[in-house]
Amino acid sequence: MTVAETPTIEAMPEPVVEPEDAAKPKGLAIICYSGDLEKTWAAMILASTAGAMAMPTKVFVTFWGLQTFVRDDVRITGENWMQQMMSFMQRPGISHRKLSKMNFFGMGPWMMRKLAKQYNVASPKELLEIAASMGVEFIPCQMTMDMFGLKREDLIEGMGDPVGAATYLSYVGEGYAPLFI
Amino acid sequence: MATVSVDLTVDARGLNCPMPIVRTAQAVKGLASGQTVEVIATDPGSVKDFAAWSKTTGNEIVEQTADGGEFHFVLRKK
Repeated sequence: MTVAETPTIEAMPEPVVEPEDAAKPKGLAIICYSGDLEKTWAAMILASTAGAMAMPTKVFVTFWGLQTFVRDDVRITGENWMQQMMSFMQRPGISHRKLSKMNFFGMGPWMMRKLAKQYNVASPKELLEIAASMGVEFIPCQMTMDMFGLKREDLIEGMGDPVGAATYLSYVGEGYAPLFI
Repeated sequence: MATVSVDLTVDARGLNCPMPIVRTAQAVKGLASGQTVEVIATDPGSVKDFAAWSKTTGNEIVEQTADGGEFHFVLRKK
C-alpha cells in the first residue's frame, strides 16, 4: 500500500449536518427478557413513563419475561410435564415475581412490596396497566410461547399478535431505540 | 399557589417516580390544547423530570415554584 492511497483530509466527504429532529429516536423498543421482580419493575417503570411522555413504545416480551405476562389467576401452564413442571416451580404472573438475589423464599419480595407501599411506589402490575392504557404495545414472542407451551388465553388481555426476532429488529431499523431488560 | 388560572389540579404529593409524571400525563390527556394543569408534587426528582417531560412532549411549563418541600408546576397543553 502506497502513501498516496491513504485518504487525506481534503478527500474526506463533508460531514452531513443532520437536522435536530434526525437525532431523535422514533420511539422505544424494549425487550422484556427477565422474569425477575426487580427487572420487571424497571421495565414497567420505563414503559409507563414512555407512555406518559407520548413516546411510541413497543415491549417485546420473551423468555422469562413472558412468564410475567401470564394472567395472575393461571397457575399451571404448558402442554407436557416439563413445561408444567416449570410453571409449578416458578408461579407465572406479574404478581408472583421473585427477586434474583435475596429472595429468601418470598421474604425479599414481601419486604420490597411493603417498602414500596410505604414510599408510594407503584407496583409492577399497576405500572403495566397504566402503560397499556397509554398506548404502550406488549408483543409476545411466538417461539417462547411454543417452548413453554403457552396459549393466547394464558396471557393477559390486550397483547399484540405473537411475532419473532425479525419483527423486533425491524422496529430498531425504523428508528426505535432498543433496550434489553 | 398558581398565579395563572388553571383548568385542573393534580395532587401528586407523596407519590414517587414515575407517578407524578404519569398522573399528569393522564390528566393532560383530557384537556384541550392551550388549557392548563397545576401539579403539586413532593418528589424532589420531579423538578428535572417535569423539565424533561415538557421538552419531550412539547407541553409548556408556564410556572414553577418551590414552597417548603412542595413543588408547584403549571403546565400548558400543546
